[in-house]
Amino acid sequence: MSALLEVRNVSRHFGGLKAIAECDFSVTEGHAHGIIGPNGAGKTTLFNLITGIYKPTAGEIVFAGERLDGLRPSRIALKGIGRTFQNIRLFKQLTVLENVRIAYDSQLRYSPLEALLTLPRMGRNEAESIAKSSALLEAFGLGALSDSLAGDLPYGLQRKLEIARAIALKPRLLLLDEPAAGLNSGETAALTEFLRWVRTEYKVTLLLIEHHMHLVMGLCDRITVLDFGQKIAEGTPEEIRGNKRVIEAYLGAEEE
Amino acid sequence: MGKVMDFLKKLGENRVILPVLLVVGFILTLAISQFAPLEQGLQSVLRELHLNTYVIALVGINVILCASLNLVNGYMGEFSVGHAGFMSLGAYASSIVTVKLLPDMPDALFFFPVIVGGVVAALAGFLLALLSFKTRGDYLAIITLAFLMIVKSALENIPYVGGPRGMLGIPKLTTLAWAFFWAVVTIWVLRNLLYSKFGRAIAAIREDEIAANSMGVRVREAKILAFSVSAFFAGVAGALFAHLLVFATPATFGIFTSTEILVMVYLGGIGSLAGSIIGAVVYTLLSNWLLPLGTWRMVIMPLILVLLMLFRPKGIMGFRELPWFLPKREARRKDS
Ligand SMILES: Nc1ncnc2c1ncn2[C@@H]1O[C@H](COP(=O)(O)OP(=O)(O)OP(=O)(O)O)[C@@H](O)[C@H]1O
Ligand SMILES: [Mg+2]
Repeated sequence: MSALLEVRNVSRHFGGLKAIAECDFSVTEGHAHGIIGPNGAGKTTLFNLITGIYKPTAGEIVFAGERLDGLRPSRIALKGIGRTFQNIRLFKQLTVLENVRIAYDSQLRYSPLEALLTLPRMGRNEAESIAKSSALLEAFGLGALSDSLAGDLPYGLQRKLEIARAIALKPRLLLLDEPAAGLNSGETAALTEFLRWVRTEYKVTLLLIEHHMHLVMGLCDRITVLDFGQKIAEGTPEEIRGNKRVIEAYLGAEEE
Repeated sequence: MGKVMDFLKKLGENRVILPVLLVVGFILTLAISQFAPLEQGLQSVLRELHLNTYVIALVGINVILCASLNLVNGYMGEFSVGHAGFMSLGAYASSIVTVKLLPDMPDALFFFPVIVGGVVAALAGFLLALLSFKTRGDYLAIITLAFLMIVKSALENIPYVGGPRGMLGIPKLTTLAWAFFWAVVTIWVLRNLLYSKFGRAIAAIREDEIAANSMGVRVREAKILAFSVSAFFAGVAGALFAHLLVFATPATFGIFTSTEILVMVYLGGIGSLAGSIIGAVVYTLLSNWLLPLGTWRMVIMPLILVLLMLFRPKGIMGFRELPWFLPKREARRKDS
């Protein structure tokens, strides 16, 4: 299998701080790929670089053979990269269904003029968007909550909705930033199963940041470890578990 | 009480009443505009209520202004104070057509200068949208204020449109029928836009621009559309207003006019078409009845805005909609 995403020698500086330094790794299509590392290692920054929220100071990011760096975030999303956020960013005052529809909208084909005059093609597209988005919510077990405001959902369901919304984009690559944050161990186990299901059901490659080692080790085919913006190790879960530098990085982080 | 609520709910869900009201309203306003005895009859009824047909036409114009500003300030969550600037461009552009270019135009073609006014304003709205890519919130509000002042001083310095004295001798072409027609067109087009992928994009930008971007929302396209459509209808309203007042001066369209539209929006309710109509109707009538207070009106009206912001920042309808204004597919979904 080939590399779906390649991060080539990417750096990102914030003033004097090297949040990401000459980072180099690739994600194989079909894999679940984990990113771990202590707090402040640069994991979220890496996601923001891939999705275009930040521009790299140096280096290239290639997705399915195309350069991403320099593109606007919406263009990158439309190329097939969905994401969730570490501090959930739902459209809180909109309904659960609207949240999903907004992501699904990228697949609708009608022009502003057709919308302003409500021409037939627009009506057909809209009906399709309601049906498909509702079906997606059903599949995610959120169907009964379609008309609730996203901000009113309990925390765990908000995380789930954020994943549903990202899936509505029909992405090839799904970036998850700490999907298990704030969950207890039972919920984390359920999430692991759920992510397995998402992965096969929607045929999506996963790249996920996570601190819960159970989840990462159980789910991922490959793991990249970051520390102070640099890649310090990469390998299968077994290789990472026994890696001395990784253990040091984590112990070092804990002593702080 | 339960029965009353049930009845109101049924009324709200009825999809026949609104079209019937619209047809009846249009026929009535057209008849009144065509037959002088009817108009005199109406005037005498209105006089009893301390109103006149001028105020009723103004209600229509204010519905257009309020709903179109709501698109940017309510649905998109920006704070534009430049709406009177777009109005002014529409007023002047349409008056140039009716006074200078086509003075012999038949009255029935009045829609044409109005559209010209709308298009000129929309072009300015497009330019403002480009500035909104980089700036949001307070800074964008200041830019819209600057825009308002630029338009005013530009018009004051162009002799062709009369300088500070403005354009005089504008024909009185705005009838009740035209005001009603354009108000309906505005609400209809805005409804179509709001319940489309572009409307959802506008709401997503309000909620969280970064998340919207990451969900593939074409943020720039949505902003251009919101600003241009909003400005278009402000221009339409300006054109109607100039042909109701029969003159247009740079001072007619100042910060006070913008403030009045803001009061209507925040009174009726942000993010609501029904709210825009309520806000425009209540404000226009109230403002007319308070006319005898003279200058005090200029104090009371902005004071209402302050009180609203403090005690009910979302207005009467705030993000709620009368089911009449939902497209059928959305209303049907909510039933099932
Ligand atoms: N916009 C920014 N401006 C300045 N510094 C930033 C910015 N974003 C991130 N940083 C810094 O970059 C470093 C990496 O932050 P990042 O959020 O990527 O860490 P992380 O690995 O996701 O940490 P955590 O596990 O706590 O989420 C931190 O020192 C952070 O303060
Ligand atoms: Mg992080």
